[in-house]
Amino acid sequence: MALIKTDLLTKKYGKVTAVSDLSLEIGTGVVGLIGANGAGKSTFIKMVLGLLPPTSGTARVLDFDIATQGPEIREQVGYMPEHDCLPPDVSATEFVVHMGRLAGLPKTAARERTADTLRHVGLYEERYRPIGGYSTGMKQRVKLAQALVHDPKLVLLDEPTNGLDPAGRDDMLGLIRRIGTEFGISVLVASHLLGELERVCDHVVVIDAGRLLRSSSTADITAASGHIAVEVSERTDVLAAALRTAGLNVTAVGDLLEIDLDDDGTYDVVRDNVAHLGLGLIRLEQRRHRMSEIFTEPAGAVDVNAG
Amino acid sequence: MSTPADYGRARPGRNQGVIHDLGYRHYDGPRLGRAVITRALFVESAKGAYGLGRSARSKVMPMILLAAMCLPAIIIAIVTVVTKADAPSYTAYLLNTELLVMVYVAGQAPASVSRDLRFRVISLYFSRPIRRIDYVAAKYAAMAVALLVFMVLPLTILFAGALLAKLPIGDQVPNYLRSLAGAVLLALVLAGIGLVIAALTPRRGLGVAAVIAVLAMLAGVQAAVQAIADDQGRDTFAGYAGLISPFTIVDGVQSALLGADTVLPAQPPGIAGGLVFLLAALLIVAGTFGALLMRYRKVSI
Repeated sequence: MALIKTDLLTKKYGKVTAVSDLSLEIGTGVVGLIGANGAGKSTFIKMVLGLLPPTSGTARVLDFDIATQGPEIREQVGYMPEHDCLPPDVSATEFVVHMGRLAGLPKTAARERTADTLRHVGLYEERYRPIGGYSTGMKQRVKLAQALVHDPKLVLLDEPTNGLDPAGRDDMLGLIRRIGTEFGISVLVASHLLGELERVCDHVVVIDAGRLLRSSSTADITAASGHIAVEVSERTDVLAAALRTAGLNVTAVGDLLEIDLDDDGTYDVVRDNVAHLGLGLIRLEQRRHRMSEIFTEPAGAVDVNAG
Repeated sequence: MSTPADYGRARPGRNQGVIHDLGYRHYDGPRLGRAVITRALFVESAKGAYGLGRSARSKVMPMILLAAMCLPAIIIAIVTVVTKADAPSYTAYLLNTELLVMVYVAGQAPASVSRDLRFRVISLYFSRPIRRIDYVAAKYAAMAVALLVFMVLPLTILFAGALLAKLPIGDQVPNYLRSLAGAVLLALVLAGIGLVIAALTPRRGLGVAAVIAVLAMLAGVQAAVQAIADDQGRDTFAGYAGLISPFTIVDGVQSALLGADTVLPAQPPGIAGGLVFLLAALLIVAGTFGALLMRYRKVSI
């Protein structure tokens, strides 16, 4: 079942179109929503929560209509905003208990789940201190905990790694992966950082200027391409000529040679020629597509169809 | 390169020795509806108006004010017990202590709503099942109840003093009940005015100043206008001058409709005048509630 299904979803603010004719289906697992700042990610998330009425088009979340069943959606969905949203004068425990109760949990259940959730996001002794004294990393954990405390079926995370240092970023990404796998809660995570989502997402949706650019599995996007890259210590052009003579299709990309991979024999040809010329082989690897290519490929090469 | 599947697995050496990790547990208990959620927000906000469940610093101001509010009542009650003297004036108490009531509402209305706006906690509230009207209703009710406690406590101390002095109960109860009715009305009116002003700004200090400025200004203008009109012998005008300040509106309802004595130089003319005052109070309540709803419809997440 698709957790989120949109049909020509559009949001305009006056003359500015934030989201434009977006039709897509998002299934279970960890799904990345990639786009540059201002691409419409936050607008999309707010519409999915039923908080922002679309200008036109429809969407269903967990099979509830965003236009009429916002409260039903929000009972089952957790939301972690991009911006700060924590009061400084209460402790993480008090705050998350409060947010659990506001999600409809009875008092005891809210307390128990708060203790569990804070432990899962990695807040221990410090959870009894006022949030005002927390580091950015700890605050991000509290924001994540309040989105998880009511055991939602789906969490929407808007730029969860914002403001974190590299270690904090790794921890947060690890947590997101765990939410999707160990916790069994589906995740839609919005980010403008491609590399991050590549690491944690099963599926990615790419939007640009409010339009759907691509929706496909991470594996597809980063799948092995039909090229190998070769880097040698010197005389790259001589090697290129030799390989062409051997019948391979060779393209020079800077110091690298990109060679079309016909079969495993191609590796042997490269190895033999490098050895014959007495060159130092620095690199011989199969090339992968990187997510960053999605944005740099010429428009015609991009698959614009919804996956 | 790490793949999505192995990324985020526990790294060796991390969290070793944690033996109580039970793994993630799902929740399959009840999920309560809007009504219960709204009540939870109401309770939290009402307690918050006295700093309960907040930091020690948040408790200082409301508790000092509550003590200041009760101190005159305690002194009057002791004097009553010792001297067995005349019955204390319940219905005039809130008018005499109006400055303290103003300071309390000016401090706590912004504490209740500007905090959610300033720190954008509001976006977390609205990403939950409650609707905006539920939020407004919970905050309004919480402020009104907090104010009611603030005002009813000293009135009850006065009443207790009268009972201890063995003053005739038949004389005391009606006046006490009149003052309670007045306190309810005043709590509703002041909560509305305080919250509307406070909700206009996410800056708490500004909210505090604005609420106290508006209430003190209205009280000052009311007193001046009524005194001048009374001086010039324009009784009807002087009576209706009570409509300027929320405190005198409630006093007018108490005196004209409930038969209480007033300490003001003029009171609304007859039952009709009293009804006008009551209508004014109810309009303020409905108007401020509506204004709050409009305000929160505009709050973006």
